[in-house]
Amino acid sequence: MPGPNRFEKKANLMTKKTRTIKVDYLARVEGEGALYLKIQDDQVVDVKLKIFEPPRFFEAFLQGRDFREAPDITARICGICPVAYQMSAVHAIENGLGIRVEGPLRELRRLLYCGEWIESHVLHIYMLHAPDFLGYQDAIQMAKDHKEIVQRGLQMKKAGNDIVAFLGGREIHPVNVRVGGFYKVFSKKELSSLTDKLKWARDAAWDTVLWTSQLDFPDFDRDYEFISLSHPDEYPFNEGRLISNKGLNIEASEYEDHFEEEHVAHSNALHSVLKERGAYFVGPMARFNLNFDRLSPLARESAREVGLNGACTNPFKSIVVRSIEVLYAFDEALRIIETYEKPERPFIEVENKEAEGHAFTEAPRGMLYHRYKIDGDGKILEANIIPPTSQNQKTIENDLWHYVPDHLDLTQEELTWQCEQAIRNYDPCISCATHFLKLNVERV
Amino acid sequence: MAERSKPKVAVWKFASCDGCQLSLLDCEDELLAVAEEIQIANFPEASREVIEGPYDVSLVEGSVTTPHDRERIQMVRKSSKVLITIGACATAGGIQALRNFKDVKDFINTVYANPEFIDTLDQSTPIADHVKVDFELRGCPINKMQLVEVINAFLNSRKPNTPPHSTCIDCKLEGNVCVMVAQGTPCLGPVTHTGCGALCPTYNRGCYGCFGPKETPNTNSLSSWLKQSGANDDQMMRAFRGFNAWSEPFRKESESHD
Repeated sequence: MPGPNRFEKKANLMTKKTRTIKVDYLARVEGEGALYLKIQDDQVVDVKLKIFEPPRFFEAFLQGRDFREAPDITARICGICPVAYQMSAVHAIENGLGIRVEGPLRELRRLLYCGEWIESHVLHIYMLHAPDFLGYQDAIQMAKDHKEIVQRGLQMKKAGNDIVAFLGGREIHPVNVRVGGFYKVFSKKELSSLTDKLKWARDAAWDTVLWTSQLDFPDFDRDYEFISLSHPDEYPFNEGRLISNKGLNIEASEYEDHFEEEHVAHSNALHSVLKERGAYFVGPMARFNLNFDRLSPLARESAREVGLNGACTNPFKSIVVRSIEVLYAFDEALRIIETYEKPERPFIEVENKEAEGHAFTEAPRGMLYHRYKIDGDGKILEANIIPPTSQNQKTIENDLWHYVPDHLDLTQEELTWQCEQAIRNYDPCISCATHFLKLNVERV
Repeated sequence: MAERSKPKVAVWKFASCDGCQLSLLDCEDELLAVAEEIQIANFPEASREVIEGPYDVSLVEGSVTTPHDRERIQMVRKSSKVLITIGACATAGGIQALRNFKDVKDFINTVYANPEFIDTLDQSTPIADHVKVDFELRGCPINKMQLVEVINAFLNSRKPNTPPHSTCIDCKLEGNVCVMVAQGTPCLGPVTHTGCGALCPTYNRGCYGCFGPKETPNTNSLSSWLKQSGANDDQMMRAFRGFNAWSEPFRKESESHD
């Protein structure tokens, strides 16, 4: 059972004029980051989400590689969302080469993405985020009191991993994705071996939506600019225009005209901002708010059941939205398997040509942009990659600027923990954010 | 508490993608059982709790790429009875070791506007270049069942059962038709360490060497086969210059085609 509402606990008022909140190594996020927050006379005067994850320079060493290597190389940017990198890479290159992958191959790519959303989201819901709401250091300690719940989460995560491992060969850095399609495709009968487990998991996902909706959430709503892909007929994975609730509506080739990256001293990850309006918000809440009517009927029903109708502006509730997306991903995976017919060929043949291509796809944590410039021999001349977490960094810092002043009566330990939780609302993937941003503009 | 007798296990991250430590959390069927037997004492990706060392077993992911990490690995070694590296970054420098073949300053300028904010070493190096390593588990990513086996072995003071043969042998065991002989697809299987179960040939493509060189690999002979099937020097260089590029056999072979 959930404990007392942590957000209503009031502790000793602090008398000191200056307070510093420091978390030297943020836990339950992917990668290495720290938080520094300074409060003077009840005013927040400094917030720094510090990213000290060492840079790995992917964009630099992609230069000179064959474009066919990009899906395998960029997968290594992130062990949690390798499929997202593979999907953005192949779509950007195919965009440049002028080919479109349609029919069952397109469906299989959606299925693979469903698997990754599930394993990544469920990891975050059950193992990284829920322990904050229930007051545990980690999911293993949580399992001592809530074993069935943690087991349910692990088995749902496994069902997602099963999709990726089946289609891709393994859960982490799958080997089956290529420019033009796949190396190997499966018969309907082979794919159907996943069905029983997925049906169980879809029911478990429904229970997860109900369970997360009953957690305690602080009152914290802000007026965000949500940005995600949007497709007329489907909840977005690999295709669509990039839209926002404040009027943005562009295609991938226009991305760099509207966004820029800032390099600040405290972060090895560049901050991505909208040129016109600054900070913005990507990820499950953005997708949900901008594409609510394209969720499956079952996923929409679950959202309504817990009082969400596609206008969620409290980032602490992202755990519920993530759960609704998990339910959707299981539902969509089952639909794809049900309607699948094996394609005649596993891939479309591609040839070298001079090209420049762009694509964004929806990684579990939000929009992931890739651009490649290729020469006539198939060599990559230039690569540009903007991952979701570098886009959310500024919004995360802004949340803390707003959240902390109303919670100064908490003890140091409680306030520190809640700041961490506010950061974890975004499921930040610091490994992704660091390694490769290419920079156009400098502002220090 | 019974906790005091449980062996303390720590997980450390250096420059990496997090995938190898994620393998531990991907052991969905085993995780809670394993957690009954060990004390997870320091695993920031999974827990806020930090229990001080010394640690019975440290799992180290990632390569050394910054002055700070060069110091930190010494601290990790001092506080660990057994130190096991997991994955290609920790055992061979990883994909980020591609910088070792270039001038890293050019790399920084390509990626960052204010290079003075970036504190990085010229090279990405494996953990064993810095401290004594008790066991190296290969793979990009590692095989999670091998990880469970290695942890189990060290906790029971026995040698891990992780075979050293080539991926080529795995393919024969799987009964795969050879992609190189039958289709002329370049394949690193003959020189690559086992561990994945010959995944790529099973998925109709050539092995690209995730598990690094096997013992005494004849890379030169493989190159002449690749050449016969039409590969040029640049293709051969890139074939060996992947996720284990800085391992000595692959490095030397790629340099001979540079």
